Amino acid sequence: MYRKSLSCPFLVWASAFIIIPLLFIVYYGLTDKSGSFTLENLMAIATAEHSKALFLSLGLSLLSTAICLLLAYPLALILSESRLGKSGFVIFLFVLPMWMNFLLRTLAWVVLLDTNGVLDTVLKFFGLHGLKIINTPAAIVFGMVYDFLPFMILPIYNVISKIDVNVVNAARDLGANSFQTLYKVIFPLSIPGVVSGITMVFVPSLTTFVISTLLGGGKILLIGNVIEQEFMKGTSWHVGSGLSLVLMLFIIVSMILSSKYDNGEGNVL
Amino acid sequence: MIKKWSQRFYLFLIVLFLYAPIGTLMVLSFNNSRTSVKWGGFSLKWYQRLFENDTILAALGNTLLIAVLSAAVATLLGTSAAIAVHHMKKRRQSLCMSIVNIPMLNAEIVTGIAFMLLFITVGNLLSVVGIHFEMGFGTVLIGHITFNLPYVVLSVMPKLKQLNMSMYEAALDLGAGEGQAFFRIVLPDIMPGVLSGFLLSFTMSLDDFVITHFVKGLGADTLSTLIYSELRKGIKPEMYALSTIMFLAVFLVLVFINLKQRELPAENQRH
Repeated sequence: MYRKSLSCPFLVWASAFIIIPLLFIVYYGLTDKSGSFTLENLMAIATAEHSKALFLSLGLSLLSTAICLLLAYPLALILSESRLGKSGFVIFLFVLPMWMNFLLRTLAWVVLLDTNGVLDTVLKFFGLHGLKIINTPAAIVFGMVYDFLPFMILPIYNVISKIDVNVVNAARDLGANSFQTLYKVIFPLSIPGVVSGITMVFVPSLTTFVISTLLGGGKILLIGNVIEQEFMKGTSWHVGSGLSLVLMLFIIVSMILSSKYDNGEGNVL
Repeated sequence: MIKKWSQRFYLFLIVLFLYAPIGTLMVLSFNNSRTSVKWGGFSLKWYQRLFENDTILAALGNTLLIAVLSAAVATLLGTSAAIAVHHMKKRRQSLCMSIVNIPMLNAEIVTGIAFMLLFITVGNLLSVVGIHFEMGFGTVLIGHITFNLPYVVLSVMPKLKQLNMSMYEAALDLGAGEGQAFFRIVLPDIMPGVLSGFLLSFTMSLDDFVITHFVKGLGADTLSTLIYSELRKGIKPEMYALSTIMFLAVFLVLVFINLKQRELPAENQRH
């Protein structure tokens, strides 16, 4: 059974549907309509409209990645300490929301966050100022954190729960207080999970066009929206591919960083 | 004690954050009034109308069919790939794994437009020789199989690493054929990984919007793309009813599986 032929169907599939499609983006990104080589599509990122979208995407996705990390790390610690962590309960808890459609879940926040929405009414009841978050960049960050938080929690939880208890106990025996144990023992050991969580939140946040469409009211353009419009509104596939290539630079850099730290332990699974 | 309570409270807040929209959608599915802003009393009418809405039911059929087929094909392809890759030399192994991981690590929008460019070019080439090909159900299926592959490979791989190869060799020594040894020794051992790969693929396929958006062409709406196309007109409350049913169904199935597993004696449980 361990014949080399076993890998054939996969290799054929992978080259036809993983490698070749990416080469198409490279081809379209580096040529113009007549098919001759050009760098113009890459330079299109420098126009005011496009670079504004790129910088906005970078800013919002970095912010949402940071928020996810701050929320997820303590949670992963809590889960790995408590008995809840045993069995597949944790994965169950954070994968289950995926069974309700992602677009609907995100849209539900419009109902919750809208002026005169649920949260706004509750806040006004307590005499607080009304909420003005929907259709702002803040709402987009909120949506990103909501949609991608599980992808930060699971890898960190996975790594922390596999840390040998004896290592932690040894640190305590040798006189480290709980903060020192966390800072000098647990955190360094959890870095593969943290790095893989960061890439799994940063990449989808950087490239989303759905969250900004749903929560940004269609007026805030991220780089994902720009690319989507180049393709679906039929403006220019060449420019769209060029912009995607620029976007892929960021993705590749974050992937290289993650593979440097990640020894396979940080996988979500 | 205080520490424990604050920990529990924090966990509660995060779970509330993740499940608040789901609760909202469930409540809205029983809302008598059409707008999502006002509560117009309890009603089951959207559930009734759901079963009269052919567009939604057709999209549901597409979604489920694509999810089942793509998960099944990805499981077959991914499991055989995992076995092959597991037995490769280190360098080829890491090369193959990086290729497998591309659809998972790459941005969905890039994967989506890459597929779109491929399928449109293939369509143009085929029309030269007189074959009609355009994006639809088949291209969505191909897209879903491809992005499901990494999830299957990554679920099966750890089980292969735990596998005791001497058992397989012993079976061969005792006269089992290669196929026999595989199906009776290897497969049962890696089955938990294969199953979780299948389930994960199914879930991913069900929840996908971005890739479907780019490769669906004119036909073959799934629930996600139907919802997206309804954005401007406003989402039909029937959609809330449907997602409530789907969510509760899955919830009950998973709880049932969990309870069943608890009943089994501890020694039968695999890690």
